[in-house]
Amino acid sequence: MHNFIQAFQFIGRNGELPGQPHFSTLTYYSLGTLKITLIAMVISLAIALPIGVWLGHMHRGSFVAINLGNIGRALPSLAVLAIGVAFLGIGLKNVLLALVVLAVPPIITNAYVGLDQVDPDLVDAARGMGMTGWQILWRVELPLAVPLVMAGVRTSALFVISTTTISALTGYSDSLGEIINDEASYHLSGVLGAAICIAAMAILVELLLAGAQRAMTPVALRGRVADVIQDEYVPIAVGAAGVI
Amino acid sequence: MKLPLAAGGPIIPSFGSPHSLACERANRLFCWGWFKENWAGTLWPALKQHVVLTLIAVVIGFAIAMALALIAYRYRRAEQPLIWFTSFLYTIPSLALFELLVPVPGLGLSRTTAEVALVAYTLLILFRNILTGLRNVPEEVRDAARGMGMSRRQMLTRVELPLALPAIIAGLRIATVSTIALATIAALIVNQGLGVPILSAISNSTGPFKTELLAAGALAVLLAIAADALLVGVQRLMTPWVRARAA
Repeated sequence: MHNFIQAFQFIGRNGELPGQPHFSTLTYYSLGTLKITLIAMVISLAIALPIGVWLGHMHRGSFVAINLGNIGRALPSLAVLAIGVAFLGIGLKNVLLALVVLAVPPIITNAYVGLDQVDPDLVDAARGMGMTGWQILWRVELPLAVPLVMAGVRTSALFVISTTTISALTGYSDSLGEIINDEASYHLSGVLGAAICIAAMAILVELLLAGAQRAMTPVALRGRVADVIQDEYVPIAVGAAGVI
Repeated sequence: MKLPLAAGGPIIPSFGSPHSLACERANRLFCWGWFKENWAGTLWPALKQHVVLTLIAVVIGFAIAMALALIAYRYRRAEQPLIWFTSFLYTIPSLALFELLVPVPGLGLSRTTAEVALVAYTLLILFRNILTGLRNVPEEVRDAARGMGMSRRQMLTRVELPLALPAIIAGLRIATVSTIALATIAALIVNQGLGVPILSAISNSTGPFKTELLAAGALAVLLAIAADALLVGVQRLMTPWVRARAA
């Protein structure tokens, strides 16, 4: 218990160490973590969303889209990071590459499943109303797919935050993982304090994305979103973050 | 670069004799000589430990998740809190969770700590899939079972759980595969599993040792694929009616 009290004291003084009173390590490394998380997510979304949405819209490539997700889940993040470092050296770009490799599969898979499983009758009805392919995509399929697409985005965001901290083990020193990896300087209290901060950050991001998902879901569907996921869809291919 | 936590003690690069092979010294893409030399002493034991770590975590996680899912199935009011609780556990980044568990009395740098963390990560997936499977049993089927005079327990064991099997095994597949990937991080806590060669390759004095990284990483992925295929086979054997219906 004592250790945890000290950890909160560490958080209370913003991670400043006795020797360096003006360096707020927690703020510094938290911002570093958020920065790399944000960059990795923007790149991953830019790559994965169009692919997943297009495949789902065309109902094509189910084998690739689903298995990509399965293989992505099997990749050990520590190994992916370390292989990136071994072949490309330590640096922001290489950590980003590893993060993107880990973040892309769940987004593609979920976007595919989300669009693929939209009720064909609804699409037919939309077509009957004279909507073009684009309009069907924008006004019918995407709104209905929001819960699943966002589940993928949330899974990816969790992967990325988690992996960003692990990247410290492979020598990347600009995330909260750096404190965890340096018990000699920060002591156990600092390690625990940083771990608590990372956990809090992950939960915050998750809640934020859950809020975003709610805001993007069509009003008429909001109450039913949970049921759509739970009753009509056996989540074989979907990450776990489809709740809250 | 600083050594990872547990590396102060047990994790020492386990080369037979340091850099005895030319391709090992050169740190080429993949050094088969090293692989053959270290298969029996390093990689195979790590792989076996990895299987044990995963198996224990998934079995315990499944038992807990099953209990939680049955509670939520019976008492709908328990569902939302349980989802919050398991999502909360799932959301905590792995490195942080492992570190937070270490100072807990009775855990420390032990396999128990690693298993507690790994179990925590399986709960959400298993819980949600078991519950989804149970809820997806058609109401008519339940009515028919009730009409045949089945008790609640009989309905559960003979009708609802068998019909929920595909969803349950889907959950087991996801949980097993992600546990195999996560268990590499457990090497920070306990000197076991495929994370050990990965960490030792990272802390190699002349830069990350590629052969060991690729070998251990590939073994983890292959293990995950094999486990996944095995569970698909189990599902086929246990749910023959699904195939019959599809045919």
